[in-house]
Amino acid sequence: MAEDEELDLDQEEEGGERIRPFWSGTISFGLVSVPVDLYPATRPKRVALRMLSPDGVPLARRFYDERHDRDIERDEIVRGFEMDDGEMVLVTDAELEALEPDKSRDIDLRRFVPAESLDPRYFNRGYFLAPSGESTKAYRLLAAVMEETKRAGIATFVMRGKEYLVAIFAENGILHAETLRFADELRKPQDVGLPDVRKPKAADVKTYARAIDRLKKQSLAEKELRDAWAERLLKLVERKAKKGEDTVELPEEVEAPADSDVIDLMEVLKRSLQGAKERRSERSASSGRARKSSGRSDAKSGSSGRSAAKKSGAKNDLSALSKEELYERAQELDIPGRSSMSKAQLVRALERAG
Amino acid sequence: MAARAIWKGVLTLGSTELPVKLYSAVEPRKVSFRLLHKSDREPLKQRMVDPESEEPVEYEETRRGFPTDDGRVVILDSEELEELQPEPSREIELTRFVPLGAVDPHWYDRPYWVGPDGNTDDYFAFAKALEESGRVGIVRWVMRKKEYVGGLRAEDGYLMLVTMRHAGEVVSADALQPPGGRKLDARELKMAKQLVDALTGEFEPEQYRDEYAARVMELVEAKAKGKKLPKKRARRKAAADESLADALEKSLKAARAA
Repeated sequence: MAEDEELDLDQEEEGGERIRPFWSGTISFGLVSVPVDLYPATRPKRVALRMLSPDGVPLARRFYDERHDRDIERDEIVRGFEMDDGEMVLVTDAELEALEPDKSRDIDLRRFVPAESLDPRYFNRGYFLAPSGESTKAYRLLAAVMEETKRAGIATFVMRGKEYLVAIFAENGILHAETLRFADELRKPQDVGLPDVRKPKAADVKTYARAIDRLKKQSLAEKELRDAWAERLLKLVERKAKKGEDTVELPEEVEAPADSDVIDLMEVLKRSLQGAKERRSERSASSGRARKSSGRSDAKSGSSGRSAAKKSGAKNDLSALSKEELYERAQELDIPGRSSMSKAQLVRALERAG
Repeated sequence: MAARAIWKGVLTLGSTELPVKLYSAVEPRKVSFRLLHKSDREPLKQRMVDPESEEPVEYEETRRGFPTDDGRVVILDSEELEELQPEPSREIELTRFVPLGAVDPHWYDRPYWVGPDGNTDDYFAFAKALEESGRVGIVRWVMRKKEYVGGLRAEDGYLMLVTMRHAGEVVSADALQPPGGRKLDARELKMAKQLVDALTGEFEPEQYRDEYAARVMELVEAKAKGKKLPKKRARRKAAADESLADALEKSLKAARAA
């Protein structure tokens, strides 16, 4: 395997070519600290259409000045907040960053609740938590107790310059986190104008209870969650690609999508969960020779695919990150104009910077 | 203030049909900035350009395509894309009812309130029956040319629908092994359990506030009035470094004293 396709987890100084944890910090309950790394449990939609020119070139989004019909440079862009009276209040990146919560690396579990009492309207995004310290003992202890007592821990914490409300769950010895919506982000039935609850007739309730009973199952079937549209799209694309119908070569600098990020995330998580000892030995091994490949799927990519993937290796890893995560990196590198950049622009700027 | 329904549909449970309306249960973000041109404070416009020539391309001229793994892009015309769309339908089909705990929270995406469209008797009867069943109904429907899967739940006497992510969008924990290590100490386990018990209560969502968003609003309002910015607060203390058993014991004492 070519070196470009290597995933490097530990060599921070290499920059760009690795999947980093989303966030690293400490869960504390009482005076016990559990160092953890946080990885996303959801990924962006795998299947997305691109906007193309009439010749099939993937297009880029640019800000422009309508009056002078020219593109606008990053440093000409400012953020404004429109007040109720129409007045625009300008706010700079520096001002916003000054308001960011302190970078406390702490998820302080001061409250545990019955896990089933959390209703899904609050759930925003899921993450896995892997132990990151020298010892996995505290992690395993917390997971074991939470699982046994069927409790979830609640806390607020700071990630990427923002404050999040989070619920920590344990399942099969693994901790996961779910960021929660704040109460004021949710509407109540009265807010949307639902009528007052009325006491139904017992006979009617019974009729519905019987109908529910008839459709009782113990679990969700994976097939119910399939993305039928994506399946139809992929089938059509495959058919056309095979025939070479309406198919154009991508210019070199345009990234090809790869499902490598999907596989890599899994691989990173697996390794991460194996605990500190293994990671340490990996770190010393990685400095010398190339490490084993993380298992990119080769089934569909021919030789041309391989070279395309090589060229865009670093880009692919950056593209796999969320916009917020890219922004955080841009912030670390102090890239000017970052607050107004699109995701693609952030990727480009980070590549230039690093 | 009543919100507008975003969609109307018919819940179908076997042969029973229940006309309903959907309302977003999420409040739009309060702090949302616009990007402006520095010199004249005009909101910016966006356009699509060919990245090679930087030539703008009119929206009407744009086409859609899907990049393949081997560095090519397959162009799809509008008729082909239309054919991929699901048949429009008003039906929200209930396919099964599973225990509340059977759906991993990672699947859940966005909540909607489901209100009655007409017949309120049946609506509240169904909501009550669903609540008493302790289950979540799995539903699928087509809304605005897209296929959705969701969980239908009884909440506060009403029906709530939470859309779910598709299979490829959630990383499955099934293939993951929990971290291993020496057997946990029984005494530590017991203390940890007592500590969790001591810290257990109800989930009180109103207790928590997005302080950052609140500070951004403060800043904006202060600037609008030409005032100075609010000051930053002090840092929090660092965690103590102790043996696990000691830490647990001390924490327990503190939790019990509280």
